[in-house]
Amino acid sequence: MAERLDVQKTYKLFIGGAFPRSESGRTFALVGTDGSLIANVAQASRKDLRDAVVAARSAQAGWAARTAYNRGQILYRVAEVMEGRRTQFVEELRRCGVEASAARQEVERAIDRWVWYAGWCDKFHHLAGTVNSVAGPYFNFTMPEPTGVVGILTPDAPGLLGLVSRLAPALVSGNTAVVLTGQASPLTAVSMAEVVATSDVPGGVVNILTGETHDLLPWLLGHRDVNAVDLTGASPDLEASVVAEAAENVKRLIRGEPDDQSPYVIADFCEMKTVWHPVGR
Amino acid sequence: MVTPSPRPGRLDEVSTEVATPSASSVFAPRSRSGVALRVTPVDEVGLEARAKTFTTRSIKTTSKRAAIHLAISCIDLTTLEGMDTPGKVAALCRKAVRPDPTDAAIPPVAAVCVYPQMVPVAVKYTAGTPVGVASVAGAFPSGQSSLSVRIADIEQAVADGASEIDIVISRGAFLSGDYHYVFNEIEAQKAACGRAHLKVILETGELGSFDQIRKASMLAMAAGADFIKTSTGKVANNSSMPVALCMAEAIRDYAEQTGEVVGLKVAGGIRTAKQAWHYLVLIGETLGADWLTPNRFRIGASSLLNDLLLQLQKLDTGRYSGPNYVSVD
Amino acid sequence: MADEIEPTVESSSLSFSPKFNLDYAPALESTSIVSIDPEYGLFIGGQFVEPQSGESFTTVSPSTEEPLARIAAASALDVDRAVKAARRAHTKVWGPMSGRDRAKYLFRIARQLQERAREFAVLETIDGGKPIRESRDVDVPLAAAHFFYHAGWADKLEYAFPGRRIAPRGVVGQIIPWNFPLLMLAWKVAPALATGNTVVLKPAETTPLTALLFAKLLQDIELPPGVVNIVTGAGATGSALVEHGDVDKLAFTGSTSVGKQIQRSAAARRVPLTLELGGKAAHIVFEDAALDQAVEGVINGIYFNQGHVCCAGSRLLVQESIADSFVDRLKQRLSTVRVGDPLDKNTDVGAINSAEQLGRITELVAAGISEGADCYQPQCSLPDRGYWFRPTIFTNVQQSHRIAREEIFGPVLSVLTFRTPEEAVAKANDTQYGLSAGIWTEKGSKILWMADHLDAGVVWANTFNQFDPASPFGGYKESGFGREGGLQGLSPYVSLSSNELSSSTGGS
Repeated sequence: MAERLDVQKTYKLFIGGAFPRSESGRTFALVGTDGSLIANVAQASRKDLRDAVVAARSAQAGWAARTAYNRGQILYRVAEVMEGRRTQFVEELRRCGVEASAARQEVERAIDRWVWYAGWCDKFHHLAGTVNSVAGPYFNFTMPEPTGVVGILTPDAPGLLGLVSRLAPALVSGNTAVVLTGQASPLTAVSMAEVVATSDVPGGVVNILTGETHDLLPWLLGHRDVNAVDLTGASPDLEASVVAEAAENVKRLIRGEPDDQSPYVIADFCEMKTVWHPVGR
Repeated sequence: MVTPSPRPGRLDEVSTEVATPSASSVFAPRSRSGVALRVTPVDEVGLEARAKTFTTRSIKTTSKRAAIHLAISCIDLTTLEGMDTPGKVAALCRKAVRPDPTDAAIPPVAAVCVYPQMVPVAVKYTAGTPVGVASVAGAFPSGQSSLSVRIADIEQAVADGASEIDIVISRGAFLSGDYHYVFNEIEAQKAACGRAHLKVILETGELGSFDQIRKASMLAMAAGADFIKTSTGKVANNSSMPVALCMAEAIRDYAEQTGEVVGLKVAGGIRTAKQAWHYLVLIGETLGADWLTPNRFRIGASSLLNDLLLQLQKLDTGRYSGPNYVSVD
Repeated sequence: MADEIEPTVESSSLSFSPKFNLDYAPALESTSIVSIDPEYGLFIGGQFVEPQSGESFTTVSPSTEEPLARIAAASALDVDRAVKAARRAHTKVWGPMSGRDRAKYLFRIARQLQERAREFAVLETIDGGKPIRESRDVDVPLAAAHFFYHAGWADKLEYAFPGRRIAPRGVVGQIIPWNFPLLMLAWKVAPALATGNTVVLKPAETTPLTALLFAKLLQDIELPPGVVNIVTGAGATGSALVEHGDVDKLAFTGSTSVGKQIQRSAAARRVPLTLELGGKAAHIVFEDAALDQAVEGVINGIYFNQGHVCCAGSRLLVQESIADSFVDRLKQRLSTVRVGDPLDKNTDVGAINSAEQLGRITELVAAGISEGADCYQPQCSLPDRGYWFRPTIFTNVQQSHRIAREEIFGPVLSVLTFRTPEEAVAKANDTQYGLSAGIWTEKGSKILWMADHLDAGVVWANTFNQFDPASPFGGYKESGFGREGGLQGLSPYVSLSSNELSSSTGGS
């Protein structure tokens, strides 16, 4: 019997719940360690970035308005769907050069990380929020709120786990995200997008752009409708003048660790709102 | 029972019959001229903060004498004791007419305030003077007698010569939400006053919240009060700056909404010139200088008068004075 | 029914009914309690030292335009000396010191501020122009409270950040504004010291005197030299501090435009930063509000401290159904607001902080008039000398007007209207700022709905301009990031790490 010919996958962008090609028509060639072509991956342009921000902005209020219980279930659903695609993710990591057992471990940890953060949705307020004992007849409390639209520059390594470790905590509180992922591990990023798209995550909550992050970052940092940018994945030689663009709209800059798992990371993507009210009859 | 005069004041569309306790508890008063009244909510903490600011104003030395004279002229000099006698009331009246016999510039107080039984004595000793005779009437201080008994009480006091009548509202009915009942009672008692002026005591210390005080103020004004008054002086919580501010704001609202002017009487626990000054500042900044007259502002007090006289002595001599230098009555 | 209007007592025609006018006395706070030196050096390493620059500037009283003292202007070299002193103190003394002992120093500071409260209040009013009523009742007591609050944290930090290892940042550079000179010093210095950092602080050039008196207080309580260093000067001094290579963390309170410059510099060099910047707060009044208290809240919200308040309620959004009567009542209330000598205890609105600020207010008010808004000012008399501006209300303001968008930082209220809660939120959030907001309604669910939807770091419901050391303060959007006060205010001053991993919480 003749060997079945593979159906090859087109790796596209993920914007507003849809999978468009780059409006620029560009792709980049992802080449395996043996030099063979793995895939032509969409190369996002600044206009794709612009569209992704628009999609993220229009989805943000609705995502934040869902109950924490509901967000938790949806993030858990992401883990469920991802679990069903374990072998696919392992295979994609391997194609990008990750050794078999390490790839398996990374996928499993990434799935577990979704589960871990899903459970925080209705709990992290307990830690990040406070009731404040002010010296007067007032009830005063502080509650975390999502910052809004956040840009996330994913770490090159670990490619999949790094993406999940930065994206999941941002979503917990109700942010929407524009994820820029470089050329190191775009396959799992796009597959992650497919998981998100089939996990009840509303369109626009997560947007994933593959491509030349170095070209896109100045546009992301200078974008006035992006509230925060996570630079955990930025290379140390990122130009000072590019980072300085963040001041354009007093953007929050977040720098964490690629593999951190902590409620403090959730709080990094939050604003703190304090409310006062008199106590009287 | 006296049939209330057919004045246009009404609480919604109720009859002038005294309503039964089952009457609607919806509070929708109308003014004497038929204007639907809006009662503004009150925030206790903000009200108290504002009331406190009046206590930090300083008065110009050159205005101090005028301020003390004004405070004296606004006093309802009061004795409301079971042990009151004609002799005590006579002494009170002499003090009311000439607070300090050595200083003719000092004005008389606005009125003396006594129980109904003492009205004839007070009338006798204030005859021919500008000092009015106010009588607490209507089963003061609880009001817990039948309306007909209270009306008879008022009519007797007026017949004996009282020019002003201080009554209490039925707090129980008010707190149980029977606003029609309270409204109609006040209206009936106003009718019984005839030409005498009516001060309606809300007994704010028993109303529970500033929202209730504001509501009771509007109700009393709509039902015909010439003055609304804070307290009887017979319960734990009497007049305070926040209470007076709450009522003054109701008076201002009422005037704005209806064009009708009602006065304010504060009573209970006001003993020092400094307190009196705080109230004058409160009235001046809330209702304006138009209300700084005994026609529109009264202080129910007894020992306050002597403290004001002591302050006048300080102005005259430059020295702090003491109680031995003023007469007890 | 005219005869019914005035309840005259007919049976006794009152002989005494003069029209009495409230005539308040100038009740001047005695200035004998403060002594101002003719000149001040920089406070570095626990000593007042001459600036290496040899330069100085004059601080004047904005209510009299009288010069008060010559103040040293710190150059980059001076800032470097201060940073070195702070570094030394951090390495040798303050860093190794137990939290318990740090706490005791902070308690000492709090107590000294309470004991010398009147002296600080009078000096603050002389140098800055704010009413003594405010410096005495708000600025100084709150400054003391901030030190007292943070003193208690110094030996309890492990409970503030469970699950993380905590370390101080090191040397922090702090730049504070002129509107609450001592209070902003307290907001900055207290949490920095409590968490084990040492400080180089730059006060505003128009209001350095209370910071310098504070330096003397630090000598009195024997705070180890170099733990707090105070470098006076203008923008160049601030730049030198921001650009200094050995500062581990920067904190700035001031204008959004300067804040952006600082962020550019700090972000590029990955220096942790917190910013507390400008605002254009919406103060929203619904028809079902406790209106008399709302009037007080709106008046206090915009005229407190001459409107030199970043969280001032400078945009009144009033429900259309009550707009006219509410504005009438505001005007009525404004007639009792007393403008004048800030040392007079009866004064409600004092002097504008500087000629420069007066110029900016004047310019924006002129813009409001030329854009077609209606300008109201009470006809109060103003002193002949000094910098003054009448409390102002603009009605008929449109969302697009400059006076509805730009921070005026003066006693100027812009009044707009709305019809529904959704519209109120849309207008309130239609600004690049997000520091504070006010809501007045008696309906609880509406308060929570509004609070949820307003983009603001502080939401005052049925009150305004309340501050407390236990209550975090700071903005959304271009009003800055990071919080000051409360548990959340500690995190910018520590670096947190887990067992093998470290994660910065204040990294932005």
